[in-house]
Amino acid sequence: MNETLPRTPAATGEPAAAESKRLNIRSGPILVWGGILLFLAIMGWGLLNASATRPEAGAAAPDFQMQFFDDYRWKDLPASNLEDMRGNVVVLNFWASWCVECRLEAELLENAWREYGDQGVVFLGIAYVDAEPKSLAYMQEYGITYPNAPDLGSEISESYEITGVPETFFVDREGNISRVVIGPVSDDVLHSELAQLLEQ
Amino acid sequence: MYNDFPNRSDNCRRSPSATNVVPVPLLVQWLHSSCIFLLLAACAGALLLIAVPATAQEPVTDDDVNDVARDLYCPVCENTPLDACPTQACQDWRDEIRAQLSQGRSEHEIQQYFVDRYGVEVLAQPPFEGFNMLIWLLPILVVVLAAFLFWRYLGRLREGAPPTADEPKKDDTAMVAQGSAQQPPPAADEDDYVSRIEKEVRE
Repeated sequence: MNETLPRTPAATGEPAAAESKRLNIRSGPILVWGGILLFLAIMGWGLLNASATRPEAGAAAPDFQMQFFDDYRWKDLPASNLEDMRGNVVVLNFWASWCVECRLEAELLENAWREYGDQGVVFLGIAYVDAEPKSLAYMQEYGITYPNAPDLGSEISESYEITGVPETFFVDREGNISRVVIGPVSDDVLHSELAQLLEQ
Repeated sequence: MYNDFPNRSDNCRRSPSATNVVPVPLLVQWLHSSCIFLLLAACAGALLLIAVPATAQEPVTDDDVNDVARDLYCPVCENTPLDACPTQACQDWRDEIRAQLSQGRSEHEIQQYFVDRYGVEVLAQPPFEGFNMLIWLLPILVVVLAAFLFWRYLGRLREGAPPTADEPKKDDTAMVAQGSAQQPPPAADEDDYVSRIEKEVRE
């Protein structure tokens, strides 16, 4: 009866089994090399991400969305994009209430905002890794009135690759970064840069 | 004096017309009873109001805060868990945790708050979703792969076959020696090996 049955590959006996074994043996190195390649790909992807650097002067300012603190909105909007501010000079300042050096420039920035706010300059504060009650207390302490927003998800600071606070990015009317200041911005730098940008 | 008032069951038996005229002592008793009832209800309500906030405002201990904080990492202080980080930023975060615990929020809700605000990087254990799945799955895949290869290696040792894959196996060479009709044609690189086997068989 067995002879009348169609012979399946399993029923053909040794040659087929031997062939499949040979194939399996060669799948071992393939798996190993595949694993090594996958590992290298992941490492490479990680290195590429880690090597991303802060956008410097001349580069386009990365766009981002922000949700303003309630009393610190821009044009009374609850949320906005940097792109919406195109046509204005933007002073983008990363700060935190726990940052000691940020306190050195807080009054300067607020005074400059009051001076340049009606000349097409937008001061924009981004609270980096800061607890909201502390941020609000800090802004009240220094009488800050210019637009401010928390860095939700740390996405803004990641796109600007900041390495600490304070850091200030001057963005021209075209949306390009004109200058980056690491650390507290000085009165001279602030006024000279703004004067230059407003002349353009 | 109040004991002279008719009881309630008597009142219920009154005719509808009689209920329209309520005697003054009865009204006073009714008002008195109502006042007592309202007073008791007010006291019970006040006790409830006092009891509920008292439960929600149980003092939050440092241990409670650290239980939540140890699963969080502040982006400013890399590789330092929040419960052990001495910086002001982390102290602010712990204050925030304490405030939220005192509001009755659960650990999961607090973690979600920090994720929404500061990103998923703040979690000590990345969530099992998206690209982060690789972090969980890759070690398992590597272990399974290694176990599979080791099992194959042991199997080969048990068969007594040479460890390299390129050399023909014992079953194949036996079939070559027997000249079986089912044998597939030998590959060119096996010719030398086959001839040696045949020679050994003849001897």
